[in-house]
Amino acid sequence: MNPCRWSWIWVGMLSLQWGAALAAELGVSVEVPALKVAEYHRPYVAIWLEGEQQQIAAHLALWYQTGKGGPEGEGTKWLKDLRTWWRRGGRALQLPVDGMSGATRVPGTHVLHYRAEHGPLAALAPGSYRLQVEAAREVGGRELLSLPLDWPPAAAATLRTRGVHELGQLNVRLEP
Amino acid sequence: MYRIPTAVICFTLLLLPLQALPHKAFLLPSATVLVPGETITVDAAVSNDLFYFNHRPLGLEDLAVTAPDGSDAAVDNRSVGALRSSFDLVLTQAGTYRIAIRRSGLTASWEEAGERRRWRGSAQAFAAEVPSDAPGLQVTQIDTRIETFATAGAPTWSALKSAGSGLELLPETPPNDLVVGETAALRFLLDGVPAAGVKVTLIPGGTRYRDQQAEVIAVTDDEGRFRMKWDQPGMWWLNAAVEQEPKADAAHARRVSYTATLEVLP
Repeated sequence: MNPCRWSWIWVGMLSLQWGAALAAELGVSVEVPALKVAEYHRPYVAIWLEGEQQQIAAHLALWYQTGKGGPEGEGTKWLKDLRTWWRRGGRALQLPVDGMSGATRVPGTHVLHYRAEHGPLAALAPGSYRLQVEAAREVGGRELLSLPLDWPPAAAATLRTRGVHELGQLNVRLEP
Repeated sequence: MYRIPTAVICFTLLLLPLQALPHKAFLLPSATVLVPGETITVDAAVSNDLFYFNHRPLGLEDLAVTAPDGSDAAVDNRSVGALRSSFDLVLTQAGTYRIAIRRSGLTASWEEAGERRRWRGSAQAFAAEVPSDAPGLQVTQIDTRIETFATAGAPTWSALKSAGSGLELLPETPPNDLVVGETAALRFLLDGVPAAGVKVTLIPGGTRYRDQQAEVIAVTDDEGRFRMKWDQPGMWWLNAAVEQEPKADAAHARRVSYTATLEVLP
């Protein structure tokens, strides 16, 4: 991971804020690792904020094989392999969800950006949450990364963790 | 909370644990946590080992599948093989399905020409086929349930209602929402009332690849409830049986049993 590249991403996100009213922001960067395996399929990934009772407080992203035309049939049937997300509430969703679900991503770092007043964070009550990122890969493994955070953030902070199998670096940037 | 009537307590004192049966019957679903529209294959067998097919198939005559809306669901591709029977179920509805085989009737054994004869059938057939004055006649009223569950999407409860007869499992934790490290609460009813003091045996599958059964024994409380903290993932076999005074005139005993296959995810 190139640290210079990271800092530019954060600077870019911060610059978005200058022209807007002051409101908390949440940036998530997720690395889908390149894997040297005999049969590679891009992973399904779910990203959500979970409350203290383990309920899903905000669905942030879901990457899966959308549509029906795939050579392996309808992609929704593998969503249950995101076991934790499925139990916590994914199984009750009607897909696709606008602004949340999308196609699987190629290996590399993917950046998501959310503002307090828009989208999934607009209805988020102040409190303690965990940002959860779960990845499951066909004929591969499953991995869940978790970063605790308070919302809205009291101070700017960057939270970091790293996956071992199906996820690479996970960074969360909080802006008050 | 509510009080258990004294009659229920006295009644449950009559219940005796049964000796373990020599073979284990089970329904084995290919998956239990699914997306609506998916298909599962269910195998049904009587075996010594869990969950392998090494004795005989389980007959599907008394199979009944209850869909999430409470209606009866049809199964496809029934077949009976040498060691196991099998069928497919399409989970067209969202919610929890109950897949069940229920058998009730009479079993009899008696001496005839120096040999022990055995018979099983309905109460009507009993009168015609079993000589009532046969020497050494032993008649047992049996009521057996063998079940498993599968859920498409989020769990629902409508398929899990009590019928009010026999030994029934009323899960308080959805039966397809079982995860290692968590504790499930399950209740037993006997003829519609809480079955207290029932010994419940739970055995994880994969017995061929270990030296011990690794069984877990639980006993139901006054409300028929027991709790189970799952220590390993996989298919688990759950079994309970009680023996009591018969409810049929011809019988000497009544044996009521319940078996389920439950999947625990990591």
